[in-house]
Amino acid sequence: MAQGAVAISRVSISPKTGISAALLVLALILLALVAVLSRADASTGLGAGDWAAIRFTVAQAACSSVLSVLLAVPVARALARRRFIGRGALVTLLGAPFILPVIVAVLGLLTVFGRSGWINGALEALGLPTVSIYGFHGVVLAHVFFNMPLATRLLLQGWQTIPAERFRLSAQLRLTPRAMFRAVELPMLGQVVPGALALVFVICLTSFAVALTLGGGPRATTIELAIYQAFRFDFDLGRAALLSLVQLVLAGGIALLALRFVPMVSVGGGLDRLMPRWDAQGGMQRVVDAGVITLAALFLLVPLAAVVMRGLLGLPVMPVSVYHAAGVSVAVALGSIIVLLALALPMAGWIVSRKGGGMEAIGLLGLSASPLMIGTGWFIVINPYADPFDFALPVTVLVNAMMALPFALRILVPPMRDAVQAYGRLSVMLGVTGWKLWQVLLLPRLRRQIGFAAGLTGALSMGDLGVIALFADPERVTLPLQMVRLMGAYQMDAAAGAALVLLVLSLGVFWICDKGGRGCAET
Amino acid sequence: MLKLDQGLIAQGDFQLRADFTLEAGRNYAVIGPSGAGKSTLLAALCGFVPLAAGKLLWEGRDITDAAPGARPMTMLFQDNNLFPHLSVLQNVALGLRPDFRIVAKDKEQIMAALTQVALADYAQVKPGKLSGGQQSRVALARVLVQARPLVLLDEPFAALGPALRNEMLDLLKATIAQTGAAMVMVTHAPEDVRRIADEVIFVEGGQALAPRPAGALMDDPPPELRAYLG
Repeated sequence: MAQGAVAISRVSISPKTGISAALLVLALILLALVAVLSRADASTGLGAGDWAAIRFTVAQAACSSVLSVLLAVPVARALARRRFIGRGALVTLLGAPFILPVIVAVLGLLTVFGRSGWINGALEALGLPTVSIYGFHGVVLAHVFFNMPLATRLLLQGWQTIPAERFRLSAQLRLTPRAMFRAVELPMLGQVVPGALALVFVICLTSFAVALTLGGGPRATTIELAIYQAFRFDFDLGRAALLSLVQLVLAGGIALLALRFVPMVSVGGGLDRLMPRWDAQGGMQRVVDAGVITLAALFLLVPLAAVVMRGLLGLPVMPVSVYHAAGVSVAVALGSIIVLLALALPMAGWIVSRKGGGMEAIGLLGLSASPLMIGTGWFIVINPYADPFDFALPVTVLVNAMMALPFALRILVPPMRDAVQAYGRLSVMLGVTGWKLWQVLLLPRLRRQIGFAAGLTGALSMGDLGVIALFADPERVTLPLQMVRLMGAYQMDAAAGAALVLLVLSLGVFWICDKGGRGCAET
Repeated sequence: MLKLDQGLIAQGDFQLRADFTLEAGRNYAVIGPSGAGKSTLLAALCGFVPLAAGKLLWEGRDITDAAPGARPMTMLFQDNNLFPHLSVLQNVALGLRPDFRIVAKDKEQIMAALTQVALADYAQVKPGKLSGGQQSRVALARVLVQARPLVLLDEPFAALGPALRNEMLDLLKATIAQTGAAMVMVTHAPEDVRRIADEVIFVEGGQALAPRPAGALMDDPPPELRAYLG
């Protein structure tokens, strides 16, 4: 019987609070947009440099997404058909770049691929010409580092949607690996790859921290970076606003197009489920798969190991300012977690109590609204009334929470819907409604997901290098920004120490929240 | 006491007409073929499905549009009768205090109800640790503290084995008799009807027929009921 659905329509999860939260988010974004529109200086139009930035942004995003997904195919394929000790750990590791502070990974990549890095050291020793990590290929390298694992997880998810019967049937028919690929795997890839490409493309379009550290100059500037430069160096609000608008139209338009492709990112587990496979038992295929998996693991692990090793050496030479910045970052992360939960929980409740969707629109806002655009907008709003730099930290807290909102909703809504479907009737029957419903049913049933969403938000906020770069002054510095300053001053050892601290803090806040949620969750 | 006056339940293509009165303290069984609308009838009495037409009156008062929790009745479902994350004590307490504020006096009453279903030792245990029969008894203890004048049951013991089921039915009957409530139970099993019901509501062909005395009806069923009973 359809009593679950019936019950849902009678369960009221204080939708007014949820609507208010959604309106607040909308207002924060729209106000920024209006401010940007009001100040956008279109009289001079876009200069040659601006067009170069647009071209570079699109080109690097296209290149990054194609490379990430292309490389992810063999990795996901190998992971899907091999079982080995450490497979689960590797799949978990593939999720790590998501919560890894960008600046930490960049430092790791610099240590390995940089001017005086390990690779160049080896090349020099062999008398070969060295390579430079700066510019187009450096930006693409960093984006692949972040997004190849994400694409691999998406594709692995795709592989796991293939019914076991197909593999059984293929084994029965003794299909060759090539025939197997064409008959079973290629159709699945046809469905999953466009979504993965679209998602990675949109992510790379709004990339800022990577471009700030590895790009720069007239030939390697993204739009986000151009906004930042117009804002910080030229203090040309009109041009910053105009560029924000370009960014919004570009990223928003493509997000809108991509929306139909972008898959649900499974943030939970389930990827370590193993399917029995009978194909690909040949020796050559085993060697290839082992090679692919080893290379992918090294690609991820070596830069991280480099951060840890170099960071341990750098810890003693860190200036006191690093500790201060770490304190600020922890406060910002905790603030973001609180704001996120205050927004996401009522919104999830509202979405669940509605019949239709609504998530898509909210997810779209999160994808297309770039942090720097919102930052610029709020700077313009605050500027006439107060010193915007006084609001650097609150705005950062708020924007970081809003950036995590689409992910949090994707984590919270499905289990909340399940809880209401299973126990909504009982709650209504007992007269448990409104806030009591949260206390009795929703919060206890969702502890695990709340912990996970909080951890994700905390880690993302801890490592964020976006709005804070716009607003920061010497007194209000977060740890990622402090790292950039140390790197800019060529204090690489101190920067590495700070990177290690940041890494530990980010992973730590994620681990504590996630563990806390799991620990409390029962049955 | 509870009067369903010219009631019509409509869900898509499905329609069910019902017009009957339930008396205090009587036990009613609702029987009929699968898909005839037995569960839907209960859901409508309980307020989960709105009436498309007609009225529901409780002692002359119109409760057609009352929220489920505000009606003088309680319901046991086929499953999910207990919150798995709450202890047995808390689950029963919700029947007494939907606002979850339990004072010492309430606790005495809850423990008395748990003692009656022989689960006093399990007050602090989570439902997941209990057997199916024990879980049903926790739900019964909650019915006891709720003390509503009407108890609706939608095949509540369908998942239990025959012996345990009979035991639960007897306990149910005793519990309900103690609170003086009337009971309406959906069931598939004719033997349940004989064991527990005073009267039978037969649901078939878009109609819920008015209650008839159980003994007479089961001994000499009309043709449609005979066809259903086989």
